[in-house]
Amino acid sequence: MTQDPDTIISVHDVHKWYGNFHALKGIDMDVKRREVIVIFGPSGSGKSTFIRTINRLEEHQRGQIIVDGIELSHDVRNIEKIRMETGMVFQQFNLFPHLTVLQNITLSPIQVRKWSRQKAEEIAMQLLERVGIPDQANKFPGQLSGGQQQRVAIARALAMQPKIMLFDEPTSALDPEMIKEVLDAMVELAKSGMTMLVVTHEMGFARAVADRMFFFDQGQIVESGTPDQIFKSPKEERTKLFLSQILSH
Amino acid sequence: MTAMKPTLPPLTERSNVLRWLRRNLFGSWMDALLTILGALIVYWVVKGFLTWALVTADWRVVAANMRLLMIGQYPIAQAYRLWIGLAFLMFLSGNSLGIWARQSRFGPVLLLAPALLALLPFGAEPRKWLIILTVTGLAGWGLGLLRPEVLKRSVIAGWVISLPIFILLTRGFSESASGFMPAVQTNLWGGLLLTFLLTVVGILFSFPIGVLLALGRRSELPVIRLASVGYIELVRGVPLITILFMAQLMLPLFLPPNVTIDRVLRAMVGITLFSAAYLAENVRGGLQAIPKGQFEAAHALGLNGAQTMIFIILPQALRLIIPILVGQFIAVFKDTALVAIVGLLDLVGIARTVLAQPEFLGRQREVYAFISLIYWLLSYGMSYLSQQLEERLGVGKR
Repeated sequence: MTQDPDTIISVHDVHKWYGNFHALKGIDMDVKRREVIVIFGPSGSGKSTFIRTINRLEEHQRGQIIVDGIELSHDVRNIEKIRMETGMVFQQFNLFPHLTVLQNITLSPIQVRKWSRQKAEEIAMQLLERVGIPDQANKFPGQLSGGQQQRVAIARALAMQPKIMLFDEPTSALDPEMIKEVLDAMVELAKSGMTMLVVTHEMGFARAVADRMFFFDQGQIVESGTPDQIFKSPKEERTKLFLSQILSH
Repeated sequence: MTAMKPTLPPLTERSNVLRWLRRNLFGSWMDALLTILGALIVYWVVKGFLTWALVTADWRVVAANMRLLMIGQYPIAQAYRLWIGLAFLMFLSGNSLGIWARQSRFGPVLLLAPALLALLPFGAEPRKWLIILTVTGLAGWGLGLLRPEVLKRSVIAGWVISLPIFILLTRGFSESASGFMPAVQTNLWGGLLLTFLLTVVGILFSFPIGVLLALGRRSELPVIRLASVGYIELVRGVPLITILFMAQLMLPLFLPPNVTIDRVLRAMVGITLFSAAYLAENVRGGLQAIPKGQFEAAHALGLNGAQTMIFIILPQALRLIIPILVGQFIAVFKDTALVAIVGLLDLVGIARTVLAQPEFLGRQREVYAFISLIYWLLSYGMSYLSQQLEERLGVGKR
């Protein structure tokens, strides 16, 4: 299998069924290093399911997914390798409520990467600095606002020093006044050259940093292109309709 | 808006006793009747009990048999070993209280309790030891207050080895009667000592087994899952007493005649295996309460299945079920009384032998009231500790 060395994620004809429901109907996508991809579409269109197949939180039943040269299969070691290279940020934050912010961030580097506690904590503090909340290190997640929790989640994912970051609707569970602080952290990350796949409806974010956008509907990619193409001259009726709905309100 | 009353009583109205009585106890004829009736019943019960406890009851049966009730037929010449074990536990308790519960008023009370007990009419020897207990407890407490950071590790290590040490002290070392700490066979262990050991061993060993069974029941491997489900449902389907009978009466039939397993050990194993099945179901309940997102986040971070369980899921699940766990531990403590039926001389068993003494015939009420008090005190102590633990662990977590 020959592959462009610049391609970090290669997805070919991926299908997924939940029982009889055909959730993903043949997804093809190639992502280059340092690219920022925005995936959008109506709810139930399969966009979250798709992004979760990339680190195997969901299993695909047909097709091929290659992440950083490793093919996702039933081989547990491959799955673990890929999960070490991909960070994920969830809609519901999913911080560990029984651990402090610092422990949330350092747990995996210490246990999986086998770093010393000291090194892990140093890097954790740098990351908290980067997302703007170094003073919250010793609090528990329950003591933070939603925006702060999501920024901790970003720092936690980054602490594993992943090559790819996956964002699954990172701002959908936030109060409006907290969306900006999370988006700012994500924009900064995008500009630093991280490869990112972002499921979001924040079109301002897409316009600012996305290299390409993919519109999902009913388990398929309906349309893809640069933000300019998508916003100014969408080809498909469904894309136009959806954009008019989310941009008009 | 017609029926609105213009004046409501001011909120800061001063209440005196009479007004409170009228409002709460004598608001209507019916209330008054119920109040008087209730007061009469309470008076009658309390008077009856106090008359019995202070006048009729002959507590000599308890005083004369205190040693039997506490340690059974454990040889008195060796009793100092138990006191040393207790002093060690007392030191650890005091130390732990000094380190982790500095503000608690419960601490000093617990530490002074043995000295207060020494005021009761015990002999000179127990009195001396009770005072030593308080002294070691207070010493541990003081050290804990002074040097909390330094002692944290050693006190945890102390607790870990406390049970083996206590059992070793109880059991003894040398087989010859004249040697250092001669062995005391388990058929001489009895009373509160035996109840205590059965309970602690039952709790400590059933806990890991129960957690493993709960995890096994959720396993993706059918063999492990079916084995766990089978074990849990089998054990939960029979009463504890049948398991104890099996262990005491049936087991010897299956073993070769020259192989004997200690009877106390058999009871311990029976209680442990029984309790583990119930514990497994409680732990499973806690595991099910953990949101799926916690597993996903752990997996996304690259943690494997075992790491996810140990660092993320179990700590949260066990914290959720502390009240249920303590409820079960209290149940284990009280269930150990069933070993009396298969002939072991635990607190209940020894009470029955005390009552068989000719000079104390017919003193059931005193003896059973006394051991009930012991059961209640220790059960309530566990319950109180669990509340403290919950408060401590709950802070700022949710």
